[in-house]
Amino acid sequence: MTDLTTLTLAQARDGLRDKNFTALELTNAYLGAIEAANDKLNAYIVETPDQARAMAAASDDKLAKGEGGALEGVPLGIKDLFATKGVHTQAASGILHDFKPRYESTVTQNLWDDGAVMLGKLNMDEFAMGSSNETSAYGPVINPWRSTSSNADLVPGGSSGGSASAVAAWLCAGATATDTGGSIRQPAAFTGTVGVKPTYGRCSRWGVVAFASSLDQAGPITRDVRDAAIMLKSMASMDTKDTTSVDLPVPDYEQALGDSVAGKTIGIPKEYRMDGMPAEIEELWQTGIAWMRDAGAEIRDISLPHTKYALPAYYIVAPAEASSNLARYDGVRYGKREPGEDIQALYENTRASGFGQEVQRRIMIGTYVLSAGYYDAYYKQAQRVRTLIKQDFEKIYADGVDAILTPTTPSAAFGVNEMATASPIEMYLNDIFTVTVNMAGLPGMSVPAGLSKDGLPLGLQLIGRPFEEETLFTIGSVIEKQAGHFAPTKWW
Amino acid sequence: MSVRHVPEQGLPTLSVDSDTVRRIAHLARIRLEDERIEPMREELNTILAFVEQLDEVDTNGVEPMTSVVATKMRLRTDAVTDGNIADDVVANAPASEDGFFMVPRVVE
Repeated sequence: MTDLTTLTLAQARDGLRDKNFTALELTNAYLGAIEAANDKLNAYIVETPDQARAMAAASDDKLAKGEGGALEGVPLGIKDLFATKGVHTQAASGILHDFKPRYESTVTQNLWDDGAVMLGKLNMDEFAMGSSNETSAYGPVINPWRSTSSNADLVPGGSSGGSASAVAAWLCAGATATDTGGSIRQPAAFTGTVGVKPTYGRCSRWGVVAFASSLDQAGPITRDVRDAAIMLKSMASMDTKDTTSVDLPVPDYEQALGDSVAGKTIGIPKEYRMDGMPAEIEELWQTGIAWMRDAGAEIRDISLPHTKYALPAYYIVAPAEASSNLARYDGVRYGKREPGEDIQALYENTRASGFGQEVQRRIMIGTYVLSAGYYDAYYKQAQRVRTLIKQDFEKIYADGVDAILTPTTPSAAFGVNEMATASPIEMYLNDIFTVTVNMAGLPGMSVPAGLSKDGLPLGLQLIGRPFEEETLFTIGSVIEKQAGHFAPTKWW
Repeated sequence: MSVRHVPEQGLPTLSVDSDTVRRIAHLARIRLEDERIEPMREELNTILAFVEQLDEVDTNGVEPMTSVVATKMRLRTDAVTDGNIADDVVANAPASEDGFFMVPRVVE
């Protein structure tokens, strides 16, 4: 029998339905792979083998009777940001030490309702703040990819680094992830996987630990475009527990695969051609444009004039929202407590000891820009710029553009600790092409499209109209067909 | 504070000083040891210098964004839909007793 972990999510789903293997066999194959790899990759913070086997056995009962949901028996990894009832949920932070929620997030509940099996909780940047998965209280995640010229450990990107690494290294059939400024798409690009950030409001945020509430959105990381379509359909829903969740039917995204892009108009924004961008990124982009043209799409040069202001506006809006959201971690209601002589000292000691350096920095920035006398100058101005960024996209879409094609990241994966002495801004620049999408609430997808000169995966990003994820799946599958699949050489 | 006032128009151009860092840390309820004040000051100034470029954008007459996707707030019947789960609420508390969170004495 072939190694069951190498099957795509779609192949695993179909094989289970055809009774070629059982959910328990599939789950055990993944648990074995995790056992063998996790010391080296550190993708999982917590494994839940007992729960996984019990869920798989229940799926096998259903499958034997010809019953079961869209993901019946499919083993998934869950980012540590999603509340899972009775199971470790810490957003990879020390301040949530030993937190085990008494409730389940809507997204994960949707997955379990469709029959999926939970393998464990995946590592991430602390509170989803980071682009390399090095801010985790549980240590960095290692990218299963290595450069052809070195055996040095590389980062998988972040914040959903555990999700991306686990999917690329065959440690789950697919993974949940979240994206506030690029945290699904950048790690997907760094690991040769597919990542989808849906339109704001498509997936419920209920039970997802909040970072920046107006930007956060859940989505899948998977090994191919079809798998992402299958997973997103199960994750998305209207949820009365999240007032920003939209009341629109969830389409069958898989149906959009294989449709023709002939007659579609693809925008190429000139502002994404940055000074100092490596030639191989520009070449990848041109290759993608040629694929689109060959497939019958119309290529149109467009301008999104406020692009360069998206990242600075993000670093006001996101920390401002974070400083408010993270005020709840006070050492009183849950998680870690450091004693103090009075309640004030208890708060300050707990938060100094429980939050990592990057989280403290962002809370400080957020507190500053919201403080008396600075609110209008910083926060209001950033929200006005955000309106302009959104209007840039609205104008382009009103002119008939169906989707926008850009590189996902300005570089391939970099080394662990390589950015240790860099300024925070240099790390933030990883999200330069992805952050505009969150600021405008749009759907985005990263599709693997080629390899760097060092043999590392590179991704192309597709940006769509609000709630038109289907177009992204259609175009994404055309890119995938042209580019082929990319898998790391197993060394772990 | 090195920034004495915020100009009517645009962002303050001066950087934060160590007293401001201490004040912000206090507002954020994060204890900052003395040796961390200077590194934090430098990091904050790097970020503030980066975001200051927003000042060059003409936003006259532009509404600040309040909702990224145009949605109408859903209303539901004003009825009790949750509750009576005190045990769940305090289950993860570092210290609790009889359904109450325990904290150091606040009122003498």
